[in-house]
This record gives sequence, C-alpha cells and structure tokens, in this order.
Amino acid sequence: MSGLTRRQFISVMLSASGALVVGVRSALAAIAPQVPMDLLGEALTSLGAFVRVERNNRIVIGARGCEIGQGVITSLPMLIAEELDADWNRVRVEQLPYGYEIGPDGPTNRYGPQGAGGSTSITDGWKDLRQAGAVARWLLVEAAAQHWQLPHERLDTEAGHVVHPDGTRLPYAELVERAAGILPPAEPVPLKKPEQFRVIGKPARTVDARAIVTGRATFGIDSYLGGALVAVMKRCPHLDGSVESVDDAETRQVAGVRDVFVIDGPVPGSSFDTNLAAGVAVVADNTWAALKGRNALKVNWKPGPWAEESSARLEAQAAEALKGDGVVVRVDGDMAAARKTAKRTLEARYQVPFLAHATMEPPHALIKLEPDRALFIGALQNPDGASRVIADLTGLPREKIEIRMTRAGGGFGRRLENDFVAEAVMIAKKAGKPIKLFWTRDDDLTHDFYRPYGLHQLSATVDRKNQVTGFAHLCAATSLNYRIARKKERPPGAGCLEADDFPAGLVPNLDKRFFSLESGLPRGPWRAPLHTFHAFAVQSFIDEIAVETKQDAVELRLKLLGEARELDYAGHGGPKFDTGRLAAVLTRCAEAIDWKHRRTDGRGVGIACHFTFGGYAAHAFEVSVEGRDLRIHRAVCVVDVGRVVNPLGVDAMMVGGTIDGISTALNLAITLKDGQVQQSSFGDYPVGRMAQMPNEVEVIVLPSEREPSGAGEIGIPSVAPALANAIYAATTVRVRKLPILPELSRRL
Amino acid sequence: MPQANAKVDKEAAAAPAAPAPIELTINGETFRHTGAPDMPLLWYLRDVLRLTGSKFGCGVGQCGACTVHVGGKAQRSCLVPMSALSGQAVTTIEGLASGDDLHAVQQAWIEEDVPQCGYCQAGQIMAAVDLLKRKAQPSDADIGQLTNLCRCGTYPRIRKAVKRAAQLMADAKAAEAKAADTKAHAHDGKSGEARS
Repeated sequence: MSGLTRRQFISVMLSASGALVVGVRSALAAIAPQVPMDLLGEALTSLGAFVRVERNNRIVIGARGCEIGQGVITSLPMLIAEELDADWNRVRVEQLPYGYEIGPDGPTNRYGPQGAGGSTSITDGWKDLRQAGAVARWLLVEAAAQHWQLPHERLDTEAGHVVHPDGTRLPYAELVERAAGILPPAEPVPLKKPEQFRVIGKPARTVDARAIVTGRATFGIDSYLGGALVAVMKRCPHLDGSVESVDDAETRQVAGVRDVFVIDGPVPGSSFDTNLAAGVAVVADNTWAALKGRNALKVNWKPGPWAEESSARLEAQAAEALKGDGVVVRVDGDMAAARKTAKRTLEARYQVPFLAHATMEPPHALIKLEPDRALFIGALQNPDGASRVIADLTGLPREKIEIRMTRAGGGFGRRLENDFVAEAVMIAKKAGKPIKLFWTRDDDLTHDFYRPYGLHQLSATVDRKNQVTGFAHLCAATSLNYRIARKKERPPGAGCLEADDFPAGLVPNLDKRFFSLESGLPRGPWRAPLHTFHAFAVQSFIDEIAVETKQDAVELRLKLLGEARELDYAGHGGPKFDTGRLAAVLTRCAEAIDWKHRRTDGRGVGIACHFTFGGYAAHAFEVSVEGRDLRIHRAVCVVDVGRVVNPLGVDAMMVGGTIDGISTALNLAITLKDGQVQQSSFGDYPVGRMAQMPNEVEVIVLPSEREPSGAGEIGIPSVAPALANAIYAATTVRVRKLPILPELSRRL
Repeated sequence: MPQANAKVDKEAAAAPAAPAPIELTINGETFRHTGAPDMPLLWYLRDVLRLTGSKFGCGVGQCGACTVHVGGKAQRSCLVPMSALSGQAVTTIEGLASGDDLHAVQQAWIEEDVPQCGYCQAGQIMAAVDLLKRKAQPSDADIGQLTNLCRCGTYPRIRKAVKRAAQLMADAKAAEAKAADTKAHAHDGKSGEARS
C-alpha cells in the first residue's frame, strides 16, 4: 500500500462568494496528518471540492460521475448528503468537470474515479464520498462547538443545522466562516450506522428532472462554442479501408461549407488509440450545410484487408474453430471421464450476434484547441481516456486540457471509447478552428465498437439420478482482445467467457475453453459485456437439461446452487459469488410469476438467473405466440444489489435493463457482408418500441444489509434466456440463436 | 433564447440568390428565416435559435426525439423543411410550460421520475401531449401507438406518466368547471345553498 506514505490534509477554503468549500486534497504541507489509506480509499488522496454551503443555507454538492442515464448525478451526491446531514430537498447538485491535476505525488484526480463502466460508481462512492461528507459535517460541528464553547461530542446535526443540547439550531451557513479556519481531523471520521440514514434508502427523483422535461438539460450535442464550425465525416464503409480519391467539387459549392479534407484511419492492425476509420471531413457553418456537403461528396474507397468478411463466413469459421483445442479458461475434474460414465450427455449450440450500442445521442465532440491549452465539452463515459487521447494528439500536458462532462444521451459502453474525441481533435487541427463534430445515426451504427459475435457449444453429463455431473462450455468468439488501445493486457476470451461464472464450482467436472475468431470488426464492452453474451447460452441450456431430464427448471438450478455459501469469483464483480443470494432471487422470482401454476391457455413461463458485477438477478416472463406475434403478458425482475442507495434509481435500472434486454433479444443484430456493416438505421436495427414491450415490469428488490453493488448492468443478462425459455414453454420451439424474432419466425 | 431573429439568422447558410424569407411563429414569437429553405426545422431550432430541447436521434423520422408541434399537431422536426412552415405556429418543449407552471405532462413526467438518460424525453412529452389532445383518457392500446424510441427502456414509466397526466388534466378541468359553477351560483345564493 504505497498510498500509506502519502501526506494529506483537508483543505477548507472560503471562496470568493463567501461559500464554504470542503474537499480533501493532497499536499506537501508538513503539518499534514496521515490518514490510513485502507479506511479512506484510494480516491480520497486526491479528492477536490464536493461540498459548498451558500449563504442562504442551500448546500451545493458536486457530482463527479459521468451521467449516462444510470442516475449517478443523483445517487452519488446522496452519499455525501447523508453523511453531511444535509436536507436533501434543499440540496442543489452540480456536475463536476474532469479533475486531473498534478499533485505533490504526481498526476492525480482531485475527485477520485469519474468514469462510468463496470457498475462501480456506487461501490466506489460508498467508500470515499461518504467520508467526504462526514469530514465536511465534522468541520461544521467543530465550528459550532467553538461558538458555543461545548465539547464536539455533545452536538448533533440535522437537515443542514448543528443542534445544541438545548435544541437551539444553527444553520450550516452561519458556521461557514469559522469552519474555514479549522484544521480537519487526523483520523477518518466515523460514518453513520444504517439506522441513522435519512437520505440513503429513500426514493429520490433525478435531480435533473425539471431541466429534462423543459428541454433545458444540456447534453453533449447541445454544446456550442463561439467560432466553432460543425464537422461531419463520410467514413469508409469497408473495415480498415481507405480513401482512394475524392471529388469534392459539388460539396464546395454548398453554401456554408468551409472546408473538405481527408482524415486518415488507423493503420490496419494497429491499436485503436485514435479514430476508428478513414474518411472525408466536411466542415461548415452549421449542421445542415455540413450534411448537404457530405451528401454531395463523391468518394472512391479502397477496401482493406477484410473485404471478404461476412457473417456467413464468421459462422463457418466458428463451427470450424470448435473442432480445435482452444484455450483453457477453467477446468475442474475430468470432463472426458464424466462423458464416459454418464447416463446421458446433452449438447446444444447457441449463437449470439454482434450488437451496436445505438445510444440515442450519437457520439459528438466539441473541441477548442489553443497553442497552450484545450477545451473539450461533451458526453463521455471515460474522461480519463479522453484526456489521454487529446494529450497524445496535441502534445499538450494533460493538466492543460479542460474537460467538461455534460449529461450523455445513453452510454451502454459506447463512450468508454474515445475515437470520436480523437476524430474531432484531428479535424480541429486541420481546420484551425474549434470543431463541433456531429455523428448521424448511420455513422453511429456503421462505426462502433461492437459487442462480440460468438457461438457457444454447451454439453452436460447427467447420471442415473439426473444429477448434472459435468458441464462443458466451449465458446468460439471474436473477443474484446483485439487491437487493444494502450496495450492493456486482456485474457484471450475477454468479454466472452468468465472462468468462475455459473455453474463453475457447482459441478465436479467442468471444461471451459475459448476459441478465438478472426474478424476485422472493432469490438468493445456493451452493457454487462460478457454476461449478456453468455448468460443466454448457459441459462437456456440449463432449461434444456431440465426438460430433457424431466426436472423442474427452478429446482434444477436450486439443486445446482446447493446450500448457501460463498465461492471464489476471480472476474470483475468478485471476489465472491454467493450461491444463497442467487437462489434467493430465483426463488422469489418463481413465486412472483406463479411458477408452479401450469398454464393451459397457450401461455408459457420461462425463468433465468445470473450474477453480474456483485449483483444477483432473476427474470421470469409469461408469453404467448399468436400467429407470428410474440406477446409478453408479464415480466418479473427480482434483484439483490445489496443495500439500496436510491430505490427509485434501482427500480429504473431494472425496468430499463429488462426493456433493453427484451428489445435487444427480440430484434437486434449487426451483420457483415463484403467487409461492411449492413445496418444503418432504426429501420434495420429496430430498437423496440412501446407497443412491443410489456406494459409493466414487476420489479422486486430484495432487502439487504450488504454493501451496495452497482445496478446499471445486472438488470439485463437474464432477460434473453428467460424469454427464450418462456417461448419454449409456450410453443416447444427452442430458440438457440439471437435475435429471437427472426429465428422464431423461421422456425414456426 | 429566441429573440428578434434578423441578427441570429446570419449564422444560417445564405444561399447565393437569397431565398424569400420565411416567417413563422415559434413558442409565440415571430421569426424570419432567411437561410436555406430546405433546412429542416430541427436544425433551425438547434443551430440557429439554440433551442436545443428538440433532439437529433436519426434524421429520418424514425425515432421521434425531435418531435415538436406544428399547428398544434406532433411532427418530427427533422423531416419538416423550413419552406413548409411559412405562417405556421411551432411549439417546442421549451414553449410547453407557461412560465414556471409546467404542463400537466411535464409534471407527470417528474412525478413518475420517467427520465433515465433523458435524451428522448422532450420528444416523448411532445408526442404524449398530442395524444392527450386526441384522447383525453387513453387506453393502454392508445398509449402503445406512441412510436417514439427510448433506448433506456423507460416505456413502463412513460405509460404511468401518460395516465397520470390524463388524470391531472381531468382534475384541472373539473376544478375549473367547479370554479365556474361556483362563480355562476355566486349570483344566486339560494341555489348555491341548496346544492351544498
């Protein structure tokens, strides 16, 4: 723990407006008390200002995260407000910018972790943001103690006031100036006990609600800068292709078009550290002029090394790959021996397609470059990466790059990549002007970092007592381990197969192997990356085993999970997987959907469960198929994400995850032909509409005293298999290929 | 914010032979567009007037993120060229509330905590206002006719919010009728008494 040696002190500054600014920042000051790192968490060594108390006793709390719809602009400030004992109804939240700075120990982020990925915001904030709130409260109480000449311990706080033992209340605002002169405590401040919570666990609506419903919330695309020109790109449709020739004569005739130039793509095979594809940039006075100019371009493209690639070829490649040995991901016992002694061996293959993220707000970037500094405004999930990309391309030191995050019109993993930031910088350098880079929907669907494609071959050995004795999961896929930016080490099956996922550790013989497929299509994380990717196969197959061995599908899963215990889980979301918590969500879900009740009216019920990023979820659907129409009569989602910070937020994530899961499972696939993505609009990439969706998602959140885990991704992985299992129950058609509707239509 | 438009409009593309100006009303204010007549309303609102509540989602009328009202009816502003708007009255999400008083649909959206990312919600609200004008008490099937896309999956909360808005509007109407009734009977004390 190198951090233990770092010196810290908590700075309390009186800002120009007379507001109290409380934060925690690193410094070389000799008087700095040492704070145990393990108690404060890594981030606190570099936290900046989070709390401001205004003269009217309104408390302003900084929100450090990237708001992509997962609700962190509300939930993270709630953590601070709780320990600060602020009146949540009087709190105003402000989005914080990216907090890179050079501290005494080198580069650091004054706000701690700011990215949005892997469902970690709440777990991170639970450690450090509560402490930040508690320190601010301590200072205010100390100020009151000095004012009243009373021991600190005799004072209490409530809703933005320090309370005297006789009941007299002093608003925080009146303690501001005195608090500014007080040295913060040397030790971490004790945090509240859960029974003292007044904010955590209470439903809170999104703090931006009024701005959103009045059209005043600012997204990346809503950002403008004086002097900025709008840029659009015509990108090469061929994977790793390039520009052979451009005829821009007509484009230059379009009123408002200022410039046209070629932007090179990354060298084929090189890591994706900058932009994604070669193309022609059109720079204009406004968006419409830029789009008209782009339409008038005549470009000859040179197809790259992937000109022959197609989805059909990839499918054939996957089938062929599975004949090989693959790379071992996890092996327990002896699966080959289990096959020999088994009463039966069951096998099935499942296929999952490439997916685009299709955020409602397409990628967008506003950048202003100056000789000694840069300003970026936009919707991000990974501001740290954006800062690096801008620094790489401009040569500017990162502390000279200002990054302001706006709300993002969806993320789903798309904005973990910063190719669009790089592209804007490249265009701005050539144009010599600030650039507002606009992507259209077809740009977005044809140039993405797609969720991997894969073929799963599953086998299970069953003994005479119908016990599952062995389980093999062979996965042939285009992993995320492809042209990784900045040479991050990733295992071969990254984003496709996790060693310790269900049913690892629950069967004596296990054989999990990965078979890498070649594809020129860029890949990236897509909401609950490998979990949406493989839970469909595993949880569908468990259902098939139950059907084949005439066992109840819920009881089979419970039997496999066995008694409640913790198993090691090395992947993200570990270090432990609790079989009892998964059994509990499954059992509750079965009750809620009335699992035992046999449907006789053409309806079928399907169920599935999964563990993702520290959370546990089960889904059940009741469906019927009338003609070729699938109707979803009921949708139940049961979840355990530990202690709930914002119940309205968790409910939103489960409703949204379930609907996203249905929409994606039913309809969505990205396919390739002649080395080009074939989908380019919501017509051929049909994100689900209201009429296709269940009217309601019945969400049940299991009460828990455990540490909270994130909720943004756990709501989706068990959707597709539960839906496919329900369709089987209703129709006896087993859908083993996503998306469901085209496959169902083919099979009926 | 919208203002007398002559100055703001300089930013719009000026065609070589200046086209005839197009005069229209947006949120109750008159504007004169002198730029490209084929510019879709969406880009006039966003790039020229900086009314950015109406969003770009697809540009081809599929997603509804850009929904506004033209002549009181929901339209996808990415598909409506400025040349079609001469003399028309446009309402955008920014013009839906009366001052600080939110429209019932906006109020219901807040009360049901509908938005997740929030990007599509201005369009959803404008579409819902249009639906409620046509169907004061919409059924589930009526609400299912809303074709605006939401990538976050807020549809179930949108359903609840539309129903809540219908109730809020019905309540407001009843209160208005009652107020009018009371006022009418204030001239006739006896009948007022008899009623109570």
